Amino acid sequence: MYMLARRLTAVAAVLLLSGGVAFAQSSSDSSDKGDQERWDTVRNIYFPDRVIEDGSAFITLDAPYRAQDAALVPITVTAKVPADADWSIKTLNLVIDANPVPMAGKFRVFDEQQQKALSLSTRVRVNEYTLIHAVAETSDGRLLSTERYVKAAGGCSAPAMKDPQQAMARIGKMKLNLGQPVTLGQAVTAQVLISHPNHSGMQFDQISRTYVPPYFVRSIKVSYDGHPVLAVDTDISLSEDPSLHFSFTPKTAGALSVEMVDSKDQTYSASWPVTPQPAS
Amino acid sequence: MTRWFLKLIISSMINGMKAVAKAGILCCAIALGSGFGVAQARAEPLSVREVAAGIFVHVGLHERADESNHGDIANLGFVVGDEAVAVIDTGNSPAIGRGLREAIRARTDLPIRYVINTHMHPDHVFGNAAFVEDRPVFVAHSNYRGALMARADGYQRRLEEDLGAEATAAAVMVPPGLTVETSGEVDLGGRVLDLKAWPTAHTNNDLTVFDRRTRTLLAGDLVFMERIPTVDGSALGWLRIMPELAAVEADRVVPGHGPAVAEWPQALDGERRYLTSLVGDIRAMQKEGGTIDRASREAAASERGAWRLFDDENPRNAVTAFAELEWE
Repeated sequence: MYMLARRLTAVAAVLLLSGGVAFAQSSSDSSDKGDQERWDTVRNIYFPDRVIEDGSAFITLDAPYRAQDAALVPITVTAKVPADADWSIKTLNLVIDANPVPMAGKFRVFDEQQQKALSLSTRVRVNEYTLIHAVAETSDGRLLSTERYVKAAGGCSAPAMKDPQQAMARIGKMKLNLGQPVTLGQAVTAQVLISHPNHSGMQFDQISRTYVPPYFVRSIKVSYDGHPVLAVDTDISLSEDPSLHFSFTPKTAGALSVEMVDSKDQTYSASWPVTPQPAS
Repeated sequence: MTRWFLKLIISSMINGMKAVAKAGILCCAIALGSGFGVAQARAEPLSVREVAAGIFVHVGLHERADESNHGDIANLGFVVGDEAVAVIDTGNSPAIGRGLREAIRARTDLPIRYVINTHMHPDHVFGNAAFVEDRPVFVAHSNYRGALMARADGYQRRLEEDLGAEATAAAVMVPPGLTVETSGEVDLGGRVLDLKAWPTAHTNNDLTVFDRRTRTLLAGDLVFMERIPTVDGSALGWLRIMPELAAVEADRVVPGHGPAVAEWPQALDGERRYLTSLVGDIRAMQKEGGTIDRASREAAASERGAWRLFDDENPRNAVTAFAELEWE
């Protein structure tokens, strides 16, 4: 009980409900009744009294069915809004139902092309076999969801990959990988890498008999030429050294800027000049 | 709910023989308390081969650990000196460790003075419990304890899943009494073993053992042959130490996985080629904006035919190396 109590202090209160159901389900081969019940619990926490429509016609969630590394599970969400639709996507919620804090990230999308044709990738920790949900909020106030079952366990409690000195020396460093060519008015894919240990609070240190305190990226804001592109509110579920793939549409030469705030309220930022070529 | 049967023996002061002896007694008591029959059952001696005078090696299977093989998947060895014996790695379970101990006892009555763990992976350390009654000095890299303890819960769970609760109930994690930061030696009476702690490669706590008398290198998992290497430390780090490792003036090597004995340093050729291919492929993919997913499917594909269990381990190696190389 002592250990359990310690664990609970380390993470948000929602885990009581979801974690309790989760444990009994951890050996199931694929999504079953228990997984759906857990989703009902989780969605009532994050989207109380809201109707969630089946969005699988518009949204695709890609994740390995069986993850290679539960602490580093690549997730890609793509969404296509029909050309004649009068709605678009404003926000994408990524929910890992069985994680202690199920809401892995809330991605607010500002780029107009992305609101119609979204593509986002990140890497997450998966603590046990679970459904993952991508829930889009549309400009006309609806919720559209799609889901995927992932077999992975232990991702939140897995020890850090890097050694602690290396992690601290590099904290807040960022890298940008930009697709080529960059053309005016055309969407280009970018990857931002942020060096941060992103401790989940569930990594137990058997020597000190304590949990490594949670220490993670809380928000990431991406802008281009002073205009917001993407804003992400996140929690303990992102992998160590968070990675974010997204697209944006440069309408002029400018700087791609990223500002990150972590759970110690430290702000880190980086900026890269981008010179798009005129469309031929 | 049953917890993980995790019986951690941690004393705050581990250094020195006294503490080891004390910890040893405590280990014993706890193991006996929960599984007297299991801990004391006589085991069939493991088959071993004398690869050089006084150096005996048991060859592990190239299989995943499961109940039918009892986790007998790693090479284990012992060196017999004039006054004492040193064990190098103990197997994936107390049962394997007991088999190794029987193999030693079938050959010598000399005391088992040292149990050396070449790194913290379960297939090399979970047989330690079988030797606690001998009160040896447990020897490991100075990073070993931290690396093992950080993974203890997960290892214990996996051990139970793979081998069953009964087989693993007596597994104890024994803290080392002698840790090696850079180099050290142990004396078996007229026979000195040189110990070398390496920078992060296969893991962050790789330790090799060199027998001066026969010039034999017991390399642990710094040398994989036949079975695909697993990267749980640093692919780049492993490649970086390769020249220094190859320069060890040994007449033969005992790999951590592979045959009982192999030619040195040719034994390194396969894993050097594999790691070079893994790193090269991933660098090329990253240059074209390739994803971690693609790397897990395609990296080092040219090596598929060269290794046992390739598809079991290569995708995970690729994911680990991809994350490392992104920050190169």
